[in-house]
Amino acid sequence: MIRDITIGQYYPVDSILHHLDPRVKLNGTLLFIISIFLFDTFYGYIAVTLFLLSIIKMSKVPFKFIVKGLKAIIIILLFTVFFNLFLTRGDILVQVGFLKISKQGLHSALFMGLRLIFLILGSSLMTFTTTPNQLTDGLEKLLWPLSYIKVPVHEIAMMMSIALRFIPILLEETDKIMKAQMARGADFESGGIIKRAKGLIPLLVPLFVSAFRRANDLAMAMEARCYRGGKGRTKMKPLHYKGRDGLAYVFLLVYFALVIVISIFENRLPTLL
Amino acid sequence: MIFLQIVFDNVSHVYSSGTTFEQHAIRNINLKIEQGEFIGLIGHTGSGKSTLIQHMNGLIKASSGNIYFNGENINDKNFVMRNLRSKVGLVFQYPEHQLFETTVFKDVSFGPKNLGLDKLEVDIRTYEALKMVGIGEDLFDASPFELSGGQKRRVAIAGILAMRPEVLILDEPTAGLDPLGRDEILNQVSKLQKETGVTVVLVTHSMEDVARYVDRILVMNQGRLVIDQETRKVFARYKELEEIHLAAPQVTYIMNALRDKGFSLKTDATTVEEARDEILKCIKRYM
Amino acid sequence: MDMVKIKDLAFEYIRRDEEGNVESINRAIDGVNLDVKKGDFIAVLGANGSGKSTLAKHINAILYPTEGTVWVSGLKTSDEENIWEIRESAGMVFQNPDNQIIATVVEEDVGFGPENLGVPTEEIWQRVEDSLRAVDMLEYRSHSPNKLSGGQKQRIAIAGIMAMKPQCIVLDEPTAMLDPDGRKDVISTVHKLNQQDNITVILITHHMDEVIDADKVFVMEKGQVVMEGTPREIFSKVDELKRYRLDVPQVTELAYELRKKGLDIPEGILSVEELVQALDKIRG
Repeated sequence: MIRDITIGQYYPVDSILHHLDPRVKLNGTLLFIISIFLFDTFYGYIAVTLFLLSIIKMSKVPFKFIVKGLKAIIIILLFTVFFNLFLTRGDILVQVGFLKISKQGLHSALFMGLRLIFLILGSSLMTFTTTPNQLTDGLEKLLWPLSYIKVPVHEIAMMMSIALRFIPILLEETDKIMKAQMARGADFESGGIIKRAKGLIPLLVPLFVSAFRRANDLAMAMEARCYRGGKGRTKMKPLHYKGRDGLAYVFLLVYFALVIVISIFENRLPTLL
Repeated sequence: MIFLQIVFDNVSHVYSSGTTFEQHAIRNINLKIEQGEFIGLIGHTGSGKSTLIQHMNGLIKASSGNIYFNGENINDKNFVMRNLRSKVGLVFQYPEHQLFETTVFKDVSFGPKNLGLDKLEVDIRTYEALKMVGIGEDLFDASPFELSGGQKRRVAIAGILAMRPEVLILDEPTAGLDPLGRDEILNQVSKLQKETGVTVVLVTHSMEDVARYVDRILVMNQGRLVIDQETRKVFARYKELEEIHLAAPQVTYIMNALRDKGFSLKTDATTVEEARDEILKCIKRYM
Repeated sequence: MDMVKIKDLAFEYIRRDEEGNVESINRAIDGVNLDVKKGDFIAVLGANGSGKSTLAKHINAILYPTEGTVWVSGLKTSDEENIWEIRESAGMVFQNPDNQIIATVVEEDVGFGPENLGVPTEEIWQRVEDSLRAVDMLEYRSHSPNKLSGGQKQRIAIAGIMAMKPQCIVLDEPTAMLDPDGRKDVISTVHKLNQQDNITVILITHHMDEVIDADKVFVMEKGQVVMEGTPREIFSKVDELKRYRLDVPQVTELAYELRKKGLDIPEGILSVEELVQALDKIRG
């Protein structure tokens, strides 16, 4: 079940997108997300769709694999469409009993649904092509200006990367403790909500104890290796923009300019819907 | 009459079956364990030992083949898996990591409580189990998290013993303990085995421990059961053991080196005491 | 100058209740004196709770003395301005291989120490490569540590220390959680670093077979150093070791037992060959 969720995974292939600086991809994703909320007609969607398709093509990640990521949000998607479709007031097109579908409802259901899909596709494309490490590095560097107003940017990034290292270890540990308690007759599967919640204590207490022990050990190991925060630290893999990153920014800006132009002029064009 | 307690009939287990990650954890295991045996299970890391023992109490299901406990097929629809788990007690590696209660006594009683026993019976079993592992009454109300490493380990083992299993499986029960802590635990297990007749399966990396306590050794390599013989005979095959990254106890090497030097003695000693007696016997002939 | 000098060291773990009143005092180290020369390979033996790990943490300035003084490369660990220099010159490897690896890629973990020291990027890469080669793990540089065995993880941890170019490595029970193969690899790696790079090694352990090749062995019990000498000297006192909850390798014990039965075997036999030779001599 968990294995089916492809959102947030890294897909290791060799593509232009994989080689881009993570900051380009982070900024690009942000720009893309803004862009899908800028317009209300189908002209904008044509531009967005074309842009997204070309990026997907460039990423070399199989289209099927990307679409699989939508499975995880199918329920949210259905809810969005449903509420927009039936709860938007306006000129009624169809009426079945108390359910009314208005022209505006149809319009917004379609648009919100598409926006959600584009949002997921765009952001998962970023994680498919960027390793978690690059992502934290990119975030640290992008958010660096915030450190002047006392936001602990380095610490946040360090916490993120440590979390990435320990999530698999803690998952494995959960499995181990669960089995160990099952060997003592613990039952994690049957009973009502209260019984189940109580049944989790033998799992959660050891898990917390272990997490704290690990945290303690790790802090000591980091100090022993002279870790003293972000000050004076150098980087083994510093981020440097290369030529291709500049080109990517140009490409992004052209796209964004186009979307803005469309959003200004879209109302003067003949309506498609 | 010989009573077969656990029988593996051509058991295999495949991880991630049907995907590219498909991996055989254990292959075609055939195995018979009699009641009251003291068995050692050895094999280097990743040889399938853990997977094998988890099949014994039903925590992992076989991909193919059948497992019988006391004559019943554990894959039968009518078979109650929870009964199996209480009858085949499995002590995992670093079992102290599963302690969770506020007192030692409460923690050990978790198992028997899950069996649905009445309070008196739970208390009796808990008390007995703690006595068996040498935890005194003064520690019953202590927090398990404040004990020493060796004490925690023994409390955790008591947590399984309190369920009164017919088979006790211990996965590296002495890992991380100092030499005396190691001896204390193994001596207690050995004593328990002799007194109650419980079947014991000891998983370990220490050939010295295996040599000192067990009657029969199972050797795993790459998911297969490659040797299943009595202890003495297994260590005579020390060259085969080395090929699969294992070894015999040091005394085996001493005896063989002496024989190579021309001493005429039996090389099948597996403990220091046996080796001493054999060498003394041999050397007297020269003096 | 001594690499490490410890004089009259005492350390107390003080437990306080919620109001800050002293609840109990545990004197984990009680009057330890110890000198380690540059390039030495020394081992500290002791049962669980003997104070050996607490001692190790003093050498890395993770703990400070309650009484007495610890000098590392001539620097007092109790002076706060010395901490980082001390940690750079005396690196520390811990027991649990998982809990000391910080990064999700092997080479980035090895680079963590040099990054903290502010080493320029290009030199970090050089140091990472050298250190990984020194522990024979270069081919795993782009792997995830999660997929490695315990012994491999410990060697990564050692490489992480080596990349800081220390003069001394303190290993706090580095093999306690490993299988025999992993243990062998880690111990032989440490010996190699000691011999080839002249790194001072302080190995804390309760595995007796790991200390046979040490230059000097200290045995701890209840916070005090109770025995001190070459491995041979230490291993000739089998009964005393057993009193301290320790053990000897089977060959040493066998030789000791035969000696007790009146055979003329030298004290402190450490290897199979030595015992065979001694018996051969008796046979005449």
